[in-house]
Amino acid sequence: MSYFAFLAEHGTTLLLGTVTTVKVLVCSIILYVIISMIFGLMRLSKNPIVQGTATVYIEFFRGTSLLVQLFWAYYVLPFFGISLEAFTAGVAALGLNFGAYGAEIVRGGILAVPKGQWEAAHALNFSPAKRIKRIIIPQIFPIILPPAANLTVELLKATALVALVTVVDLTFEAKQINSITWLSAQCFGTALLIYYFMARFALVPFLRWLEVLAAKKVGRGKA
Amino acid sequence: MEMGFKWDFAYEILPQMLLATLNTIIAAGVGYAIALVVGLFFLLGQRTPYKIINVINREIVEFIRSTPLLIQLFFVYFVLPQFGIKLSAWLCGMITIGLHFGTYLSEVYRGALEGVSKTQWEACRALNFSTVYTYRRIVLPQAFPIAIPGMGNYLVGIFKDTPLLSTIGVAELFHAATAVGGYNYRYLEPYTMVGVIFLILSVPAAMWVRKLERRVNVAQGKIKQ
Repeated sequence: MSYFAFLAEHGTTLLLGTVTTVKVLVCSIILYVIISMIFGLMRLSKNPIVQGTATVYIEFFRGTSLLVQLFWAYYVLPFFGISLEAFTAGVAALGLNFGAYGAEIVRGGILAVPKGQWEAAHALNFSPAKRIKRIIIPQIFPIILPPAANLTVELLKATALVALVTVVDLTFEAKQINSITWLSAQCFGTALLIYYFMARFALVPFLRWLEVLAAKKVGRGKA
Repeated sequence: MEMGFKWDFAYEILPQMLLATLNTIIAAGVGYAIALVVGLFFLLGQRTPYKIINVINREIVEFIRSTPLLIQLFFVYFVLPQFGIKLSAWLCGMITIGLHFGTYLSEVYRGALEGVSKTQWEACRALNFSTVYTYRRIVLPQAFPIAIPGMGNYLVGIFKDTPLLSTIGVAELFHAATAVGGYNYRYLEPYTMVGVIFLILSVPAAMWVRKLERRVNVAQGKIKQ
């Protein structure tokens, strides 16, 4: 069977899987960005309980393997009466796991904002909430976006794992086709190429564009 | 089905889990050793003066870095036999992990080499040292400490990615947990135990790496003690 015949027969299935992968990716990006922001800020809190909670959360999700968390969310939570759909469990595990890594990036970004900015906001009598929202947060984006971009590419790769909890994504379809046709080189090769193209020609350029945009916003980039 | 954590069941499967943990540690260690060496080869490809090799090397590294380890595992495990190369699941897993993380380690090495000041090279030239001598006695001893934190991070990273090996049938910790869970129709205890074992092993390791990182930064004068 030639490669083109293979594509003609199974291309649609793989594309449908790709759509699911993109859905998982977008949902988990939204979740992980929100979690990173919240826990990154909590990590810098002066309240020991708030800070402790964030530290425990981050250490816990960084210390255990993503696959273990995924299986826990899908196969173990039902023992406690919480049954999640495969898609929800997958997105939740990805978001919680990458949120822990992202929180550390956000924390580093906030610490990297020059101290003078805090002092100036203080001198102008801004409330703590306004200080964070209007002065500090807008400035952290050029700092955190490059490491966050790396993390997001890692997230795209990690979405492949949701196939193991029965989400019908690209990896799942590739595995499925492999078990029917045994054309392993074609189906896994095509899947690898699709992931590669998604990362290299869609996700990475988009994230670079965001970086340039963020640098311009704070007046650091070329106008 | 009984709800809640059954401690007696957990205690019963503990020896089995601990034995499998040993396999996980072996897998991480062997995979890491291969990755360290593979990283050197990618580094060489990057630093040879031949442009064409640089480009090919970079594209290979980019490709491996932007595709999921899981599918790479499947690819190696299912495709190689079609070309008459029959390898065990263990060997496939080790090779794939070695290749995958080798690309990351080559970046760590590169960063470390670039972290050595250029004046060191110029001084060695002025003293008429050979390239090999310069690397061996001047550059590498200075680059190595810079590379240590990154190398440590990927050791922990490989350790946390070993559960993926269970998908091609390597009998490591996660595989054992799935087997025990399937046999007894109880996944709560085995998977929870896997999580706890990972925490016990990787949190201290990560802390140790962070301590090393701090020490390197202090030694380099980036931060004060």
